Amino acid sequence: MNIPADLKYTKEHEWIKIEGDIATVGVTDFAQGELGDIVFIDIDTLEQDVAKDEVFGTIEAVKTVSDLFMPLSGNVAEFNEALEGEPEKVNSDPYGDGWMVKIKISDLAQADDLLDAAAYEALVS
Amino acid sequence: MKQTPFNDIHVALGAKMAEFAGYNMPISYTGIKDEHEAVRKGIGMFDVSHMGEFILKGENALDLIQRVTSNDAAKLTKGKAQYSCFPNGEGGIVDDLLVYCVEENKVYMLVVNASNIEKDWNWVQKHNTQDVEMHNTSDKTALLAVQGPKAVQAIQKLTDLDIVNLDYYTFVKGTFCGVDNVLISATGYTGSGGVEIYFENEGADHEKIWNAIMEAGEEFGIKPAGLAARDTLRLEMGFALYGNDIDDSTNPIEAGLSWITKFTKDFTDRALLEKVKEEKPSRRLVGFEMIDRGIPRQHYKITDADGNEIGEVTSGTQSPSLNKAIGMGYIKREHAKSGTEVFISVRDKNLKAVTVKVPFYKED
Repeated sequence: MNIPADLKYTKEHEWIKIEGDIATVGVTDFAQGELGDIVFIDIDTLEQDVAKDEVFGTIEAVKTVSDLFMPLSGNVAEFNEALEGEPEKVNSDPYGDGWMVKIKISDLAQADDLLDAAAYEALVS
Repeated sequence: MKQTPFNDIHVALGAKMAEFAGYNMPISYTGIKDEHEAVRKGIGMFDVSHMGEFILKGENALDLIQRVTSNDAAKLTKGKAQYSCFPNGEGGIVDDLLVYCVEENKVYMLVVNASNIEKDWNWVQKHNTQDVEMHNTSDKTALLAVQGPKAVQAIQKLTDLDIVNLDYYTFVKGTFCGVDNVLISATGYTGSGGVEIYFENEGADHEKIWNAIMEAGEEFGIKPAGLAARDTLRLEMGFALYGNDIDDSTNPIEAGLSWITKFTKDFTDRALLEKVKEEKPSRRLVGFEMIDRGIPRQHYKITDADGNEIGEVTSGTQSPSLNKAIGMGYIKREHAKSGTEVFISVRDKNLKAVTVKVPFYKED
C-alpha cells in the first residue's frame, strides 16, 4: 500500500498536503481500494466555510457511498474539475490526479492534530 | 462463518472477501467494472455455492411444490426449470427460487437464497403433510455460475453433453470434466446468457472444475467475478433481489411477478393475490434512471415534484454498462407509469429521475 511520507493523514483516510495556507485534500490509496470503482465525487460546499470534521462532500463508489470530512477548518476554495468526467482518477492516482479539493485553511494550528505517514500506516495495517 | 469449497482459491486470487448470508464470499477480484464487463462481453465465473438446494422426492412431491409456490410446476417436464416464489400466507414472499424438474412427478430440486435456507426449509416442511421425502443438500452442493455471451462455447469443451443448444431454463445432467452427476442449466442472474453448474463436492473436484473452466475460457477473456458485479449485472436487468426488492412485506403482484403467479392451480395466498391483481396493487416496483447527478441507494425516499413522499428505493447503483445511475423502488401506482418524473432524496437534496421500463440494459 502506498503511503507517501511527505503527506499528512486523518483517521477518515484522507491525505492532506499543506503549502502555505492552502491544503490539498484527497483520499488515500487504502480508501480507494476499500471503496472500489469510484463513480462520482459530489462536493456541495464549494466556496463555503466548513469546520473541521464536518462533511464537505461525498464519494460514490459503485457499491457504496462515503462522506468526506474536513481535515481542517477552512474555505473549500477549489474542486478538481477533472474528476467530474473522470472520477476513476481517484482509483488510479489517489495522491496525484485524483486530488479532490483545495482548502484555504483558517486555523493552521489544527494541522498539528493530523497524522503523519507512520501513524497512518499503523492505523491501516 | 461458513466457507464454500472454493474459499482457498478466492483467497489465493486476492479476492476482497466479506460475510454474506453467513458465508465468507468473494465480493470482487479485479474490480466491479472489470468483472461486470467480462460478463457482458466474454465470460465471468461466480462461485455461488452458498445458495441452498432441496431435493424433493416421491409421488406427492409435485403436489407439495404446487401448494407452496406461485408458478405452475405442473408445466415442467424432465430437464426444465422455472422461476417461482413461496408466498408467505399473508401476501408477502418467503423467498424466490428456481424449481428444477429432475424426473417428472418424482424428483424435483428447489434452489433458494442462502440467507433463507433455514426459513425456506421450515416453511416447506410445515406444508409437507403427505410425507414427501426431503433432503437439504445445500452444504454438499457446489455451484458455479459461468455467465456471458461466450460461456456456453467454453463449457462445451469440457463435456459431451449438448450445452451450446441448451434452451433457456432447461438443463442436462451427466459427466463434466470427468466428474459424474453434474447438473448444467441454461440459467443465471446476469442477463448475458451462460450456465449454472451444480455438483456434489467431493475431494478436489471443485479445484479440477474451477481450473478447467478458467482454462477453457481463457481465449474468451474469462475472469472470476464476485457478488458485487453479480449485483450490478442483475440490477441492469431489473431482476429482483430478495431482501432488497422483495421480502415478507411485498407481494408478487406489486413486485412485477404476476408472470410467475399462476391462478390455474391452488396455492398459498391464491385468493388474496388474485384480489390484489384484480383491484390493482397500490404501489409497484419500477425502474428509474437518474436525470440529475447522484446515485440512488436502498431506503432513499422517492417524492413527487412537490416533495410528497410517493415511494422508497429498494436497489440502486451506477450502471457499469450504461454509465448512468439506475435504481428500482416501490412507487404509488398513480406515479409508477414509465416516463413519470420523480425525485430521489439523496441526503438533503431532491434529485430528478424518470421511471423507465426494465430491463435497463439490452443486448445490442
